[in-house]
Amino acid sequence: MPSDDLAQISLNALRFLAPAARRPTSRSPATDSHQAPVARALAQLGEIILGKRVQLKLTLACLLARGHLLIEDLPGVGKTTLAQSLAACLGLRLQRIQFTSDLLPADITGVSIFDRTSGSFKFHPGPIFAQIILADEVNRATPKAQSALLEAMEERQVTVEGETRALPEPFFVIATQNPSHQIGTFPLPESQLDRFLMRLRLGYPDPQAERLLLEGRDRRAMLSEMSPCLGLQDIERLQGAVREVFVSPAILDYLQALLTNSRDARAFPHGLSPRAGLSLLQAARAWALVEGRSHVLPEDLQAVLPAVSGHRLQGSGSLAAADGEELARRLVESVALP
Amino acid sequence: MSQERGRLRPGILHSLTAALGAILLPHVTHLPLWCSAACAAFLGLRTMLTWRGQASPGRWTLVALALACALGIALGFGAAFGRDASVALLALMLGLKLLETQSSRDATVCICLGYFLIITNFLYSQTIPTAACMLVLMIWLTATMVSAQDRTGALGPKQCLRLAGTLLLQGLPVMLVLFLLFPRINGPLWGFPQANNSSLTGLSDRMSPGSISNLGRSDAVAFRVEFQSPMPSPASLYWRGPVLWDFDGRTWNAAAMLSTAPMQHTAKGPSINYTVTLEPHSQRWLFAIDLPRNVPDGVLLTGDYQLLAEQPVRARIRYDISSHSSYQYGLEEAPQALVRALRLPEGLNPRARELAQALLAAQRQPQAVVNEVLRMFRTQLFYYTLEPPPLGRHSVDEFLFRTKRGFCEHYASAFVFLMRAAGIPARVVTGYQGGELNPVGDYLIVRQSEAHAWAEVWLRGQGWVRVDPTAAVSPARIQRGIAAAVPEADPLPLSVRGNLEALRSLAFTWDAVANAWNQWVLGYSPDRQMELLHDLGLAHPNWRTLVILVVGLISSVLGALAFVILLRLRPAPGDPVEQLWKRFCAKLARAGAPRRISEGPQDFAQRAAKRLPSMGKEIAAITQCYIGLRYADPGPRPQEAHPKEVRRLQALIRHLRPGRGPPRT
Repeated sequence: MPSDDLAQISLNALRFLAPAARRPTSRSPATDSHQAPVARALAQLGEIILGKRVQLKLTLACLLARGHLLIEDLPGVGKTTLAQSLAACLGLRLQRIQFTSDLLPADITGVSIFDRTSGSFKFHPGPIFAQIILADEVNRATPKAQSALLEAMEERQVTVEGETRALPEPFFVIATQNPSHQIGTFPLPESQLDRFLMRLRLGYPDPQAERLLLEGRDRRAMLSEMSPCLGLQDIERLQGAVREVFVSPAILDYLQALLTNSRDARAFPHGLSPRAGLSLLQAARAWALVEGRSHVLPEDLQAVLPAVSGHRLQGSGSLAAADGEELARRLVESVALP
Repeated sequence: MSQERGRLRPGILHSLTAALGAILLPHVTHLPLWCSAACAAFLGLRTMLTWRGQASPGRWTLVALALACALGIALGFGAAFGRDASVALLALMLGLKLLETQSSRDATVCICLGYFLIITNFLYSQTIPTAACMLVLMIWLTATMVSAQDRTGALGPKQCLRLAGTLLLQGLPVMLVLFLLFPRINGPLWGFPQANNSSLTGLSDRMSPGSISNLGRSDAVAFRVEFQSPMPSPASLYWRGPVLWDFDGRTWNAAAMLSTAPMQHTAKGPSINYTVTLEPHSQRWLFAIDLPRNVPDGVLLTGDYQLLAEQPVRARIRYDISSHSSYQYGLEEAPQALVRALRLPEGLNPRARELAQALLAAQRQPQAVVNEVLRMFRTQLFYYTLEPPPLGRHSVDEFLFRTKRGFCEHYASAFVFLMRAAGIPARVVTGYQGGELNPVGDYLIVRQSEAHAWAEVWLRGQGWVRVDPTAAVSPARIQRGIAAAVPEADPLPLSVRGNLEALRSLAFTWDAVANAWNQWVLGYSPDRQMELLHDLGLAHPNWRTLVILVVGLISSVLGALAFVILLRLRPAPGDPVEQLWKRFCAKLARAGAPRRISEGPQDFAQRAAKRLPSMGKEIAAITQCYIGLRYADPGPRPQEAHPKEVRRLQALIRHLRPGRGPPRT
């Protein structure tokens, strides 16, 4: 299995490095200009986060699709490092909020304090006013604190004491939660999970990647040396380009077939909502862009489906215990592609 | 993983166990007790094991149990390995198979055996309720099979049932074709000889006081009649059965030796044509209105005008016959027969003999003696009742002079005794009298409660003349049926008494349905099949024509079903790009690189190129062209570029020449 994975990864890498050799006709000049920065960023991230190419690509796609990311995994698999390296690589400002049970909404959004010298209230912005937010262990906080974050994610603005303040652009939330310790936590309900475009699991690295990690230098030091490879304009341009990625009627047919099958009550009691459908399409566009294409292929939908639909689907019958990836795989297998 | 998949979910096992239990339930009445107990134990053990999630008993335990069961059957049934023994063997082995069932393969075996078990129920009963129950159980069993085949367990019970129903409905046309056209053999649909006859009611070849009044309490149907000509009045419907000649003082017996010599008769009046559907009664008699003619083939008409089948009637039969309502016969009766019709046991019933002698002395003419006896029955206080008091040794004396209460056999018996004592040849005729018209199906139902006995006397110059002494006592019995004639308190069956109008009409409807079932399903004989084929335009079909017809019809039914299903599966035609892509996939599949059903074009191309490296370039080019046509932005002027690209794709695919089979590495 690992060698297969590696082969896949290297094939993907090949596709990036030599896209012209593979597809001489289907690329427009515009994609070339998008291709290079994405490949650069991925290569730089891949130096820090080893052996997680797919997850990195999904993270990047999530950012470019203007979504938010939920990472569900054990401590120590590199959630924080991922957020830090993403911020460093893209030159974005990172704020980390550690969610605890006594966290208050004001601790996230900020608070107005009376300034004696000026004789007026002065707003002290909270950690939410950053470009990348790492919301660590989001399920430890009370629903009230959670909702402050989730509202900001949705609205991309914060209302404190009657005053609405816009959040910076880009605004990308990486929330993490630890799935194994559920005592004293407030698990996010389905409606809140829906706010996240993708849910990822990082998982343990494979042996070769782990060996490289153990042999290599301190990641923190590497991070501090890293210089941003993309500018703010690059990111905005890429985010705009995602919207331009072409979606053919055949892809919409396929997407609708996926949605319809997910609503088949025999396997899935809760199907994918229309919002999930929109999210899927947006994520697939971003993925296509990351893959260096100006149009969406069925493979793009299949690639983002586990991450996008995993936390929105629920299985029934023998699938009741299946996790999101397994459900997504079943869903893909249930739809025939012409 | 695969083993886990092969294992059955407990719900399926429970459903299977319950279905098989329900199928086995009717067999409890005819299997030996130990068989039923063993089956119940196997099913119970199965349920318990499934419930607790425990493994099946070990192989050697099962082998020992199977041997014990086989031994039990060998000992219990002995050499007579017939229907009961086979059913017992099937039931026990099915129970054991169920006990060892773990995988869905075992379950499939159990379900197939269960279908056989359903059939065995029809060896014992072929009524509509049985068929309905077995249909329900068959749907249940099929639903269990659907559920067992559903490896993911995503189907709910309702969906399983619906699928099972669909499956069975799809099988329905095939069933109809086979039922209607498959060459049939003569005999009943379930041509098994009845094991014992004790359970069947009906007239017998002997009559003693009480034997017919016992029949009067049964509302079982004796036979049903459809009239082709106008139905005669109920009073003239004397359905002639056994004729009894010999009297031993208590019991009348049929003649041991029956003369088959054709008799002279002169028929008067119009003939009545009708069709009788006779329920099995394990005797040879067929019933017909007095003086039958146009006797069906293979049926014997005896000298005393009984109709006898070649074999005892063990299955429902149907025959067309006609009769004369008015006739004269036996004018030149053989002297031995007349002597026999005068024989009486010595030393019994002295008072009756005295009465007869006195009547003869007073009247002289036989006809007058007959009338005098009838007048006596009419004028004296004789009662017609289903519950006559028991009679002693001088049965006729006691009845005539002491009890004076009796059913038709008492009157017939006493009347014939008096006639013989007075020197007039006489005999008892038993059969049925009257019948009830079912307005729903427009046919006559004759029940066991309509069983009757009457007399025939031989008068010089007139031959055998029917005299019904019961008519003298209770004219209502003959005119309006048994319910009108017997006292209110007598225990008649509810459906015969018929005070409740709604119940009666319901009973009529049900009987009409049952009759249709008998006529068209159970009684679908080779004759009926030929009739149907004749109506369809096949005058003289031989078995070869039938087989061709059956095979042809079934294939066209299956073809039509397949067409409908394929039509539904087929995607909307028309997109040439999609068609071309399919052709390409088919080509690669033949070359050893089939596309997975949900595999995207790019993934497939990569995989196929790895598998068929010699064609990597072509595969990449074709896939590229296809993706460009189907998924990429068509550009500002698609009308011009598109057809050209389609033609290019077509050419690329046409020139693709994959070798057969995957390359060996």
